[in-house]
Amino acid sequence: MLDWFWTIPAVPLVGFLILTLGPSLPRAMVSGIALGTSALAAGLAASLAVTLLHQGFHPVGHTQALWTWMDLAGFTPRIALYVDALSMTMVMIITGVGVLVQLYATEYMSDDSDYQRFFAYMSLFVGAMLVLVLADNFLLLFLGWEGVGLCSYLLIGFWYRDLLNGLAARKAFIVNRIGDTAMIVGLCLLFTELGTLEIQAVLRQAALQWTIGHPMAIAATALLLGAAVGKSAQIPLQVWLPDAMAGPTPVSALIHSATMVTAGVYLIARTHTLFALAPATQTAIVVIGTTTMLFAASSALVQRDIKRIFAYSTISQLGYMFMALGVGAAGTAIFHLFTHACFKALLFLVAGALMFSLHHEKDLLNMGGLRRDLPFVFWAAVIGAASLSGLPFITAGFFSKDQILLQAWRSPSGGLWLLTAGLLGSMLTALYSFRVVFLAFFGDKHSEVTRSPGWRMTVPMGVLAALSLGVGWLGWSARAEEPSWFLRLMDTAMPVHQPYLVTDAQAGTIALLASGAALLGTGLAYLMYMQRPAVLESVGETEAVQTIRRFLLRGWGFNWVYRWTIQKPFGYLARTAKVDILDQGYERLIMRPFLWIADINRDDALDRVYGGLTRLVEQSAVTAGRLQTGQVRWYSTVLVAGALGLAGFAVLS
Amino acid sequence: MILLLLIALLMLGGLIAWVSERAGSNWPRWVTLGTTFVGLCAIGVDTVPHLIGHVELPSNPWLREYSVPWIPRFGIGLHLAMDGLGFLLIGLTLVLGMVAVIASWTDITTGIGFFHFNLLWVLAGIVGVFVAMDLFLFFVFWELMLVPMYLLISLWGHERRSYAATKFFLFTQAGGLLMLISILALSVVHYRQTGIATFDYSALLGTSLPPETEFWLMLGFFAAFAVKLPVVPLHPWLPDAHTEAPTGGSIILAGVLLKTGAYGLLRFAIPLFPNASETFAIVAMTLGVVGILYGALLAFAQTDFKRLVAYSSVAHLGFVLLGVYAGNLHARQGAIMAMVAHGLSTGALFMIAGLLQERLHTRDLRRMGGLWPVVPKLSGVTLVFSMASLGIPGLANFIGEFLVLLGTYRVNIPLAILATIGVVGAALYSLILIQRAFHGENTEGWKVPDLGAAQFATLGAMILLSLTLGLYPQPLLNASRPAIARIQTWGSQTDTQDTPAALEHEASDLATPAPSGR
Amino acid sequence: MSGPLVVHTMMLAGILFAFGLIGFLARRNVLFMLMSVEVMLNAAGLGFIAAGARWGQADGQIMFMFILTLAAAEVPVALALVLQVHRRIRTLDADAVTLMAG
Repeated sequence: MLDWFWTIPAVPLVGFLILTLGPSLPRAMVSGIALGTSALAAGLAASLAVTLLHQGFHPVGHTQALWTWMDLAGFTPRIALYVDALSMTMVMIITGVGVLVQLYATEYMSDDSDYQRFFAYMSLFVGAMLVLVLADNFLLLFLGWEGVGLCSYLLIGFWYRDLLNGLAARKAFIVNRIGDTAMIVGLCLLFTELGTLEIQAVLRQAALQWTIGHPMAIAATALLLGAAVGKSAQIPLQVWLPDAMAGPTPVSALIHSATMVTAGVYLIARTHTLFALAPATQTAIVVIGTTTMLFAASSALVQRDIKRIFAYSTISQLGYMFMALGVGAAGTAIFHLFTHACFKALLFLVAGALMFSLHHEKDLLNMGGLRRDLPFVFWAAVIGAASLSGLPFITAGFFSKDQILLQAWRSPSGGLWLLTAGLLGSMLTALYSFRVVFLAFFGDKHSEVTRSPGWRMTVPMGVLAALSLGVGWLGWSARAEEPSWFLRLMDTAMPVHQPYLVTDAQAGTIALLASGAALLGTGLAYLMYMQRPAVLESVGETEAVQTIRRFLLRGWGFNWVYRWTIQKPFGYLARTAKVDILDQGYERLIMRPFLWIADINRDDALDRVYGGLTRLVEQSAVTAGRLQTGQVRWYSTVLVAGALGLAGFAVLS
Repeated sequence: MILLLLIALLMLGGLIAWVSERAGSNWPRWVTLGTTFVGLCAIGVDTVPHLIGHVELPSNPWLREYSVPWIPRFGIGLHLAMDGLGFLLIGLTLVLGMVAVIASWTDITTGIGFFHFNLLWVLAGIVGVFVAMDLFLFFVFWELMLVPMYLLISLWGHERRSYAATKFFLFTQAGGLLMLISILALSVVHYRQTGIATFDYSALLGTSLPPETEFWLMLGFFAAFAVKLPVVPLHPWLPDAHTEAPTGGSIILAGVLLKTGAYGLLRFAIPLFPNASETFAIVAMTLGVVGILYGALLAFAQTDFKRLVAYSSVAHLGFVLLGVYAGNLHARQGAIMAMVAHGLSTGALFMIAGLLQERLHTRDLRRMGGLWPVVPKLSGVTLVFSMASLGIPGLANFIGEFLVLLGTYRVNIPLAILATIGVVGAALYSLILIQRAFHGENTEGWKVPDLGAAQFATLGAMILLSLTLGLYPQPLLNASRPAIARIQTWGSQTDTQDTPAALEHEASDLATPAPSGR
Repeated sequence: MSGPLVVHTMMLAGILFAFGLIGFLARRNVLFMLMSVEVMLNAAGLGFIAAGARWGQADGQIMFMFILTLAAAEVPVALALVLQVHRRIRTLDADAVTLMAG
């Protein structure tokens, strides 16, 4: 299996090629091809994982070089794949969630006229994302990085007839591109300084060449962070993700929550030894992550569009992962990435199921009382929300978030303030999660259920619900000083430098605090939305609360700021320059005088001269033509006369 | 000899194509297609075996050389020679020549014979430019490619064709004139020093000039090539010419004619005047970056499909200029890669613009919209090429632009960062193209046929070519390496040797400056 | 051949040539014009023969051979043209054939 794991990304790409190049196929065949290739990739990934687990995950991963991309005076990136515990985890998430979401989509998208195009893009996405996480060097990683960005663009704008979808798609791509610019410069810097772009070699070389706090290390990590911030929708580049919900819901589940947006987390985790050399950047990550987490959680509180709530929730959870990365706990970040992929995909599928059943209704306030009509969706929503809030012991989210809080507190770069922020975020998370549950499934009914999801939608939700409850135990260890199974696995790929300085008592405290925050949030939600909704309404009337509400609803006004600082000036610049200023200059200086002179010439002087010349030639031609009578005797007479004349001239002179 | 035959073949084919119009309107098309195809096969079969397996730099850089005296009194010779760089560009020329014929198949309906005659003579002129190793001969070909192109624009162009053609002619002639003065001056200086009157490239290479003179002569060459490239303050002819030219003309114009400028810089301006070029490099690089940003900004603002693509060419060729003057191997190889990739992607986009105009009778993006369900194949293909244009990795343009940035970064970090911002600009104008033309509601109620089989096959082949070069550019890099290695490098080439990885690879021999002349 | 005889022969040739020329210019019938041309050719030939005999050289006779050959070649072409003219315009009047008038 280790010799041909290149097939894992290749299989979905083949599926993409078949779906794109092939003729228009019946729906069953389209879903067969898409699902078949994804399932095959998942199967291959599983067998690779089994092989690797069997071998006990060597600290150094396995590389498989396919061919040398280019070889140019020391610049020798290869098309090569690298697998270790980290990339293996990502591969499992991508292929696993990928299969489930595609199965879900076969029913969800069954009415759509562009069925084949949808699955083609989905297959391309899965392939590109696998290339991203399996890449052995930064350039190939960048290929996957841009590839998933492209798929994200295509899928957000999938329903292209609506102009707003197109604008959202373009926004996503452009904002990501701004981050990618940082990455390109970062790659140039890494190659210029370290002489290679192979990820493992870069990490080794950097450790040899740079001391902790070396300016180059800080510059390089800051640039990589720029790319990660764009892709993972962190402040200040988070503006694209809420708008990205314009895409079909399965897309939001797979791309904009479970996989693509976590690429930034993956990138930092992959290069975490590089980041360890740059404490300044790490502090920046912590600050960005924490701010984003609180910002997005607060914004999620007041949204009405169910998908926007989950979008802000995703941004917030990614903020948690960044927090973990910033304090140097990359393994914990990946663990949260893993559990988040399960429960957030589940929640998006739930949102999709609600929209499916309620005829595209997205407004939370128009739902309500759906508990009886859609019991399966209700329970899935409860499990998802519980896991997202981190309700203690029974949910996966609890274990991962608990770990992050512990690391944030104990790590040298963290502290009590970070723990407090984390706990606050945790409470807010529980509050907005259960707000959704209570408003959608309890209370009075506002919309009628038109149809219920079939098995192709319920099975993926069921599987993800089970995972959202179960996978947490992978990250559980009975004793605090011993790392859990998952962390030990991650350690093979990302060796941790500082030992665990955690006692059982400390771990217990954090577990209690985290449970408390989650339960507090849930309780608040119950009070506000179930017990005393009237109180909330009366408080909501006041002007101050309305202002805060509007501020939060608009995501802290980032869009507004960007519109006035970037979009408008650029638009103005472009409009001004539309008629090329330089062109205008030449127009006045050269072209117009030239054409003017040419004009005068044509009408006046030259034309007369040429005209006169022409007339002269014409006249002489007519005159000379008269000699040509066509009479042979006239010709011969002239000939003789000429000959006599010549002879006479010769004799006389 | 094959070089002379190739040029003769193209010229002869042009005459036959002209005459063959009497036999039927499709005859000139087939004759032109056949001529370019035969030319491509001949040069390919003749040269490719020599390119494969050449790891070391050969002592003689020329793959093919042919030289006979022409006007011995002034030392003017019919000296033709081709190296890997020339071969790549000739290949691109002939491939795009075929594309141009196919794109014009239904576009050109009047004066078919004369159109194809002009097309083939432009190609002959361009091939001549790429192989002429005598400066006088080079100038002759430089002018030769201009006249048929002028006719193509002014006879078969769109609404403002005569204005655009005049503008094109004025700009390029002015540049050409400055180059002619420089060529004559160089030859005179060489004659004064050695007593030998010659226009031969290799003979003039080693001419030592006073710095002042060198700078002015270099500027003369640079002016001609900068107009052709185009470098930003000298670009205004380009959008008009590209927009007004017939589809086939636009493809040739953007695909290869612009490349003669970059080729000229690499072949003549830098090797003949290495010191002045190095001094001038920072100015040229800045102009390149200005071009990248300015082109992107203007492309974004356009509402005419062809004009948008034309301004995107300004941005792409800014990368080429930047790469050429960054002065190291990576950047120069990147520039060559970017030239070939731009030829493919922009050629294809102009072909698409032509196909759309033929169907909709408009190029106005504001009147398009919602075309995706109407012409799904055409839309998909356009998507791929606009992605190529914005530099998605996996397609050829990315390799070129990345290598240029990589090389530039080593020389000048601020310029590299500014150029990278141009990549965002590329995303802006490429996406707006897709969005305006194909997305949204079909408000005008367009109902037009999708791509024909031949058109689809042509564009598909170009996608395949771009993809191949994007994922395995090595043959192209290998082919141009000997040519690039001979051009004087400057800047921080020692850096390459310092980096540990560079020592592992046998890079050092390439990074050392090549001796001037041979 | 002695001097006076040559002079006489030359005079004869001259008179013949003049007859031919006058005939050519004066007659309107194409056929007669052709015959006049033949007379002029032969007059020239006589002149060559006489001159060749006077100097004892073969050149004059060789030139006459040329003239004979030329006349032989000219006659069929000329007659063919005459036939064509007759067929198309139905006349042999040289003055009537003015299709080439400028």
